[in-house]
Amino acid sequence: MIEVVNLTKRYGRHTAVDGVSFSVQKGEILGFLGPNGAGKTTTMRILTCYLPATEGTARVAGFDVFDQPLEVKRRIGYIPETPPLYPDMEVADFLGFCAKIKGVPGKDRPRRIDEAIEKTRLGDVRHKHIGKLSKGYRQRVGLAQAILASPDVLILDEPTAGLDPKQILETRELIKSLGGEHTIILSTHILPEVEVTCGRVVIINRGKVVAEDTPANLTARLRGSGGLRVEARGDTGPLFDLLRAVPGVVALRPKADGGDGISAFEVDAEAGRDLRGDLSRVVVGAGFDLVGLSRLGMSLEEIFLQITTTDSTNGEAPEAPAPAATVDTTEAS
Amino acid sequence: MTSLRNVSAIVEKEWRHYFGSPIAYVLLFVWTFLFGRFFQVAFEYFLLASARQGGMEMGMAPKMSLNEWVLRPLFQNMAVVALFVIPMLTMRLFAEEKRQGTIELLATNPLTDWQIVLGKFFAATGLFGFMILVSLVNFVPLWVYAQNPPEWKPVATGVLALLLYGASLIAIGTFISTLTRNQIVAGILSFCAFLALLTLGWADDPAAGPVQQVIAYLSVTAHMEDMAKGVLDLKDIVFYLTFTGFGLFLAQQSVESQRWRA
Repeated sequence: MIEVVNLTKRYGRHTAVDGVSFSVQKGEILGFLGPNGAGKTTTMRILTCYLPATEGTARVAGFDVFDQPLEVKRRIGYIPETPPLYPDMEVADFLGFCAKIKGVPGKDRPRRIDEAIEKTRLGDVRHKHIGKLSKGYRQRVGLAQAILASPDVLILDEPTAGLDPKQILETRELIKSLGGEHTIILSTHILPEVEVTCGRVVIINRGKVVAEDTPANLTARLRGSGGLRVEARGDTGPLFDLLRAVPGVVALRPKADGGDGISAFEVDAEAGRDLRGDLSRVVVGAGFDLVGLSRLGMSLEEIFLQITTTDSTNGEAPEAPAPAATVDTTEAS
Repeated sequence: MTSLRNVSAIVEKEWRHYFGSPIAYVLLFVWTFLFGRFFQVAFEYFLLASARQGGMEMGMAPKMSLNEWVLRPLFQNMAVVALFVIPMLTMRLFAEEKRQGTIELLATNPLTDWQIVLGKFFAATGLFGFMILVSLVNFVPLWVYAQNPPEWKPVATGVLALLLYGASLIAIGTFISTLTRNQIVAGILSFCAFLALLTLGWADDPAAGPVQQVIAYLSVTAHMEDMAKGVLDLKDIVFYLTFTGFGLFLAQQSVESQRWRA
């Protein structure tokens, strides 16, 4: 359905997208994962014919985005990161306008608009001005606009950004239900999001594809070497010696935030080993109270570090990770 | 067929915006108020002058025409008012889409740049035409009460002239609106451009060289003169249509090129 070959976009000297290739099958949901500024939005903008590529080709449903933009645009529903909406229009009027420019025939328009409003649960704000809606509702209006003409391909740039947890869950459910019928590309910088919704993930960093796999494989690969956090009541010294002696522990770092007689450590385990059982037995067996044991949530920076250092084929390693800025903790503890 | 539908969708959206905000009402008020006021002034002056002439020996004085004394100054005054009003009609057309990011919505839907540009141009020109139409109410008493009511043809020519002249300014204003994401900047630049076009007409001097005459020819206001008098000249119509087409072409090129520079 979507074929991207060696796509490159340069802005002057800066290369935003650097030789990206991937393809998406019909009905598949592809997650596009990467930190801010990795080139996700630029790639999506090229696919939606908003920007021309510097090099490479992209085809949607067999049509080239450069040579036949109208054919491509007819088959795509797209929401940019901040949904482009007219604040002084009512929701229903806005969708009516979108239906018209998407070429939905006049007699189908009311039905399509009703369907889109129902799917995105916008019924109670139908006649409100968009400018007065909350961020969550606006995001949904954007989504309603994208699915309005029932396009073959949906391109969603961070569809859950700025939503509250309940809305995030609802939106993910909606996206999942749209898969199969539609081919979807979804960008995000949140790892659990792709685990929940996507069949396949492309990880992009600094304009390059650094990994491509199913979310299950990817997370398994990452989790195997993921860190653990151990908290126990007792002095740091003896606990440190105790934990270091556990087979499979690669690195052990005491953490300052003990307080109340509690010592905390971060443990890096050997790849593929789950040490939680061993660690808990050791601590309790030595007479200490185990008060906390959890997996550390991995920030994307750490994931990139993992991927770029373990896959030697991918050349240059990124700089040292910044202190986990975008950790999503839904997965951790 | 589809292109017509797309253009009309844009027109409808722009009208929704014009009438969903105070802008259309304010401009309608200003325009019709000034139209009425200039009409009144010209008409009173006409009454005064014809009364004075009536005191002179009969038969000697040429018959004073309403067209010459009322319509022509009125349409010329309104042409100057349009220099102020039209930037307010056109400044937001593209600048606001760019600032709001909604240009991305238009650009990623199956619309061509021409459809977007034409839709916006027709929306603004339609509102301008509506403003002229509303202000024509002023003429009704002339037909009802005047002993020699004006002929309708010069009035129609004047209206057509104002509309063509307005359309050419709107095309330029639309183009200027594509250049910035700030409406105010677009408005001020358009106003400056219109003033520059006005002053070009002042270079008109039969004794001047060909370069100066060409420059004078480009003045949008100069072409109003004959038409406001009621003289319909194909040359002037072609001038305005060409000017409008050129402005729209620039707008379309600008919209397209911004995608490459983005």
